[in-house]
Amino acid sequence: MLLEREARLLDQARFDDWLAMYSPHCIYWIPATPGGDPRREVAVAFDDRRRLEDRVYRLKTGTAWSQTPASRTVRMVSNVEVFPADDDRLLVRSNFLVSDFRTGETRFWSGWCGHRLRLRDSREEIEVRQVNLIDCDQNLRNPSIIF
Amino acid sequence: MNTSTFFDNLVREDRVHRSIYTDAALFEREMTHVFGAVWVYLAHESQIPNPDDFISARLGLRPLIVVRDSQGKIRALYNRCTHRGARVCRQERGNARTFQCAYHGWTYFNTGKLRGVPWPEGYACDFKDSQFNLAQVPRVESYRGFVFGTLNLDAPPLGDYLGGVRKPLDEWIERHPGGKLEVREANRLKYKGNWKLAYDNAADGYHVVFSHRSLLEMENRMQADPTKGMSFYLGKPDEAPMYVQVFANGHHFKDKRPNIEKRPGALWEKEAPHPGMAHFESSIRKKLGEKADRALDLAAAEAVNINVFPNLSILGNHIQVFQPLAVDETDATWYATVVVDEAGELGGAVDDVNALRLRTQEAFPNFGEVDDAANFEEIQRGLAACEDEWVYMHRGLGIPGRVREEPDGSLKAPATDEVFMRSHMQEWKRLMSTEPRISVVR
Repeated sequence: MLLEREARLLDQARFDDWLAMYSPHCIYWIPATPGGDPRREVAVAFDDRRRLEDRVYRLKTGTAWSQTPASRTVRMVSNVEVFPADDDRLLVRSNFLVSDFRTGETRFWSGWCGHRLRLRDSREEIEVRQVNLIDCDQNLRNPSIIF
Repeated sequence: MNTSTFFDNLVREDRVHRSIYTDAALFEREMTHVFGAVWVYLAHESQIPNPDDFISARLGLRPLIVVRDSQGKIRALYNRCTHRGARVCRQERGNARTFQCAYHGWTYFNTGKLRGVPWPEGYACDFKDSQFNLAQVPRVESYRGFVFGTLNLDAPPLGDYLGGVRKPLDEWIERHPGGKLEVREANRLKYKGNWKLAYDNAADGYHVVFSHRSLLEMENRMQADPTKGMSFYLGKPDEAPMYVQVFANGHHFKDKRPNIEKRPGALWEKEAPHPGMAHFESSIRKKLGEKADRALDLAAAEAVNINVFPNLSILGNHIQVFQPLAVDETDATWYATVVVDEAGELGGAVDDVNALRLRTQEAFPNFGEVDDAANFEEIQRGLAACEDEWVYMHRGLGIPGRVREEPDGSLKAPATDEVFMRSHMQEWKRLMSTEPRISVVR
């Protein structure tokens, strides 16, 4: 349900509501190579909370030309598996397919996500989201959406 | 098509014809007359550090294997089985003494020499002949770690081709301890537009405050006055100390370093907040004390754009390459680099510096280049209007005293001037009107 809600908020461009799902010390990470260590190689994206806020801020300026006009997106989330971690944490693995319509074409982004969730004040917060695009090490055309 | 009159009509003093970006026949000619005629950047030595290391590369549309052969010599092999034409190597990178074609099993040493074919007794020919070795680029040279190749037997030596751009390139290399750096993956983008749109943009100071308005706002959102990132383009950029410098052969250099105070730490102060900053900066300051500012400057983007015609642009800490795929499709790959520090000049802080440097390098591809690429795609769409023929490049032209000639023959102009693109278009015209002496060796 959390994954579906995250997908819906992003499809609706409700970025502030989406950010509210994330913990104050979170990571949004898109590796450039499968399993690549971000301390040793550049990532497609490696955002802490502040940079994630930067990302949302930029998308809301209306002058981010790669998203002006904005993409119309539909996200499909499936193949969800849940693995317990610590007492109050969960690891969730899921597959995704994002349909991204912009400038007359629909493009597709595919991959699997790893989420690390923490139960806090009876709500689940996202601490880590790792987005593993199947073409992470390839030249990507306009990867400016939040996946 | 073979007359210089034809190209004189396409590239004029103040404008170029739209067809140089849209015409498939001109694109095909560029693959020989530009990419076949001059020294083209192929790879960085740090991507093939050991004997038998290889990496796939391109020279125009030609698939190459850039290899450090078993004797340590760097070669650029054509990734094309001599037999029927299939690629012999289907991996992006690796380590191999030989390459075997998956179709009929012909095998080559990584020197390019044919090792053997299955059942040679079924052939009347002598496989000792070099005819069946892999083709390779005849001239491959490394300039301080940057591997270039040319197919043109008449091209000048690489150092001469680089000419005036060597100085900023040397300075960029030498700011690193021991002059050493290493490529560590890349931010890889693609746009549906001609490759020259990216090179036209490589020293463009005119577009910054418009195209990158959202980036400038984002980087400066936590302070009252904008000082971060490329904020020195706000206000009156042509009156700022930065300048563009134009060399022979289509190379140019945007020097933004004069905008920044000359003291350790001043470059680092231009960086907007990014992941890990507080943690790693604190660690570096603990380890290095007074010397920390110099180390932090290495994690910051160097304030230069160093452009080597036709498709190499070094900016910040990145090595950026534009690969033409089709007349209207280009890969723009932003290779990230890290400091190596073999001599330990950074007192054990090199890993911390690099952890920061990787994050600063992610910023522009994520929040800046995507907007440039969107604009390049819009140009390609706009240029479909065939009667609307001209693409203007006349900013600064005809204003007395605006472009100054230096004693070494290079030109300097204010930051938003377009003299640099007029220069590389003249070079493009010259190359497209000239027959190069292209050859491969086996």
